[in-house]
Amino acid sequence: MFKIAKKQQLSNSIYLMDVVAPRVAKSCYPGQFVIVKMDENGERIPLTICDYDREAQTVTIVFQAVGASTRKMAEYEEGDSFRDFVGPLGQESELVEKTDEELQNLNILFVAGGVGTAPVYPQVKYLRGRGIKADCIIGARNKDLIILEDAMKEVAENVYVTTDDGSYGMKGNVNDCIKHLVHNENKKYDLVVAIGPVIMMKFVSLLTKELNIPTIVSMNPIMVDGTGMCGACRLTVGGEVKFACVDGPEFDGHLVDFDESMKRQQMYKTEEGRALLREKEGETHHHGGCGCGGDK
Amino acid sequence: MEVKDMLTRIPVREQEPEVRAHNFEEVCYGYNEEEAMAEASRCLKCKNPRCVSGCPVSIDIPSFIKEVEEGNFEAAYHVISKYSALPAVCGRVCPQESQCESKCIRGIKGDAVSIGKLERFVADWAAEHGIKPKEAEAKNGHKVAVIGSGPSGLTCAGDLAKLGYDVTIFEALHEAGGVLVYGIPEFRLPKEKVVAKEVENVRALGVKIETNVIVGRSITIDELLDEEGFEAVFIGSGAGLPRFMGIPGENANGVFSANEYLTRSNLMKAFRDDHDTPIVAGKKVAVVGGGNVAMDAARTALRLGAEVHIVYRRSEEELPARVEEVHHAKQEGIQFDVLTNPTEILVDENGWVKGIRCIRMELGEPDESGRRRPIEVEGSEFEMDVDTVIMSLGTSPNPLISSTTKGLEINRRKCIVAEEATGKTSKEAVYAGGDAVTGAATVILAMGAGKHAAKAIDEFLSNKDA
Repeated sequence: MFKIAKKQQLSNSIYLMDVVAPRVAKSCYPGQFVIVKMDENGERIPLTICDYDREAQTVTIVFQAVGASTRKMAEYEEGDSFRDFVGPLGQESELVEKTDEELQNLNILFVAGGVGTAPVYPQVKYLRGRGIKADCIIGARNKDLIILEDAMKEVAENVYVTTDDGSYGMKGNVNDCIKHLVHNENKKYDLVVAIGPVIMMKFVSLLTKELNIPTIVSMNPIMVDGTGMCGACRLTVGGEVKFACVDGPEFDGHLVDFDESMKRQQMYKTEEGRALLREKEGETHHHGGCGCGGDK
Repeated sequence: MEVKDMLTRIPVREQEPEVRAHNFEEVCYGYNEEEAMAEASRCLKCKNPRCVSGCPVSIDIPSFIKEVEEGNFEAAYHVISKYSALPAVCGRVCPQESQCESKCIRGIKGDAVSIGKLERFVADWAAEHGIKPKEAEAKNGHKVAVIGSGPSGLTCAGDLAKLGYDVTIFEALHEAGGVLVYGIPEFRLPKEKVVAKEVENVRALGVKIETNVIVGRSITIDELLDEEGFEAVFIGSGAGLPRFMGIPGENANGVFSANEYLTRSNLMKAFRDDHDTPIVAGKKVAVVGGGNVAMDAARTALRLGAEVHIVYRRSEEELPARVEEVHHAKQEGIQFDVLTNPTEILVDENGWVKGIRCIRMELGEPDESGRRRPIEVEGSEFEMDVDTVIMSLGTSPNPLISSTTKGLEINRRKCIVAEEATGKTSKEAVYAGGDAVTGAATVILAMGAGKHAAKAIDEFLSNKDA
């Protein structure tokens, strides 16, 4: 069992938890992820590592309560335990492999979209630990979905906040912000690391290709085991099939087939919707009166 | 029960095909006491029992069968458990027809003795009566790590524990059992009644099992040896990586590896309403491949309500699956499209499978496997209307361990190089066996490898002491 040492609500629907997981906390690096299985009957849910404390033996996860399973996860409180918590999975960020000299010559811009800010944070923090200061854009639909702004300000050189509806920070999407920085503020970046919804990573990659800036994205497809066993997480990168769980989750954004990945993410949409309906309505809709055949 | 015809085996009761096609209950009911004793009486108790030489873990078959014949079922269990940690599993999934039973003298003129069904009976009887294997009397204080809790790992761990070793198994998934829990379906190998009980028996021998530890990620083999005080390591991590065909459309929604499909259903219990993991049942499913795993995937899809076709590029004769599995699949209504090979997955505008394009095959000269090589029949392409495709083309070992362990040699198929008789690898104190070494094979071969490695590890550590 893996105990929740701390729980914090970051926004209306986004939660942060520190989970006691000694083996993961000891061996993980930025860029990697864990799989959480809440109870006996639960799904295996992959979540990118947001932070870790090797001494306290905790790993921080951040998730948005959107599906049946993540809503259930949001109901867990401090002191409760998850049945299973396994990791670290996937490859560590390429930045971990780079020498100090290589890093010093890189001007890095992180682009974080919504809950994707969580996996960006440990990378910026890690770089800060090695004496490198990077810029970071945090973007979301509205003010409520902006998370970890203060934490990020402590470790980044500059933090730029942008919201689609203009309710906080700059008005516009992350691409508007990148263009503003590059064109109006004459910022020169050698590397962009973009983590967020697939659609955001797609458009950031299209823009940075135009701007000729190498770009890394972190993919979070459907997966079961997370160790290369099921192949559910496969995606096409530069014409080759890769497994996000073992070859990734980070890939060259200019080579990823985002459209295919977006389609694959829809695979269980209907099933997940059904699970939520079952949970909300219980047995009430098995009567058949609605004509849906027991399955909305 | 009187045996009327010594040449014919006592038939085993099974669930009716038309009933079992709609449930996940076990197909075969197994023998009762009377039937088992009657079948046991057919054994000739040969002085030089050839059946034993056909068994990868060399169970003393005539001795246990003699005990069954006399109604001493507990004694029969203790005979088997001296050699095998997983008799209830082996009695169900071993290919006995090509091992012990293929050597049976009875088989020359009539039916071989039903050794597998007798083994299963004994193991089930022991489980029902709460009989456990005997724990080692004295612990020797030496720590051994076993990676993977599948057939080879459980066997190696059990054997070492019986010798007094302090054994810890590290399992990557959240449940112990390896392929026995994620791969083989409930209707062939019940998880709670059989697998969990046998795992429990291994625990009863004093073996510790730590789940959720991915060796190569959570910890490395070098750390196990240098920091956690283990004196030897056995790698039984299996062959978990699925293969795909590399044809167009393979990443479409509705194309699954058999591993994914079976893991969702078996390990995650997606077939049950009270579990959260989803599975795409499919209305018309093509399973590509002809091995036991293909049969398992096909029969799972059938039970989830689909019309199911096995698509196999050679002829029925070359099907690598056990005859019993093919027979059961046919009885249940699986359709076999042999000498057929997919060339493309057809995809609709939303990215979902809408069919497969196939080509007819014919058999040419034998290839390196000794089977006749399938050759495409020119101009014979046709389309099959399916909404789900399950790729069951075999698996290969996961490079996670080999790529993170210094000095561990692998071959070009990514299998760990290990001596057959001992499991000794190129790295001191590290042994390996099962599918991680051979590539995908059978449960019992993996168990045999675990057994040999346990013996070699014992010799290695005993010599170190001296």
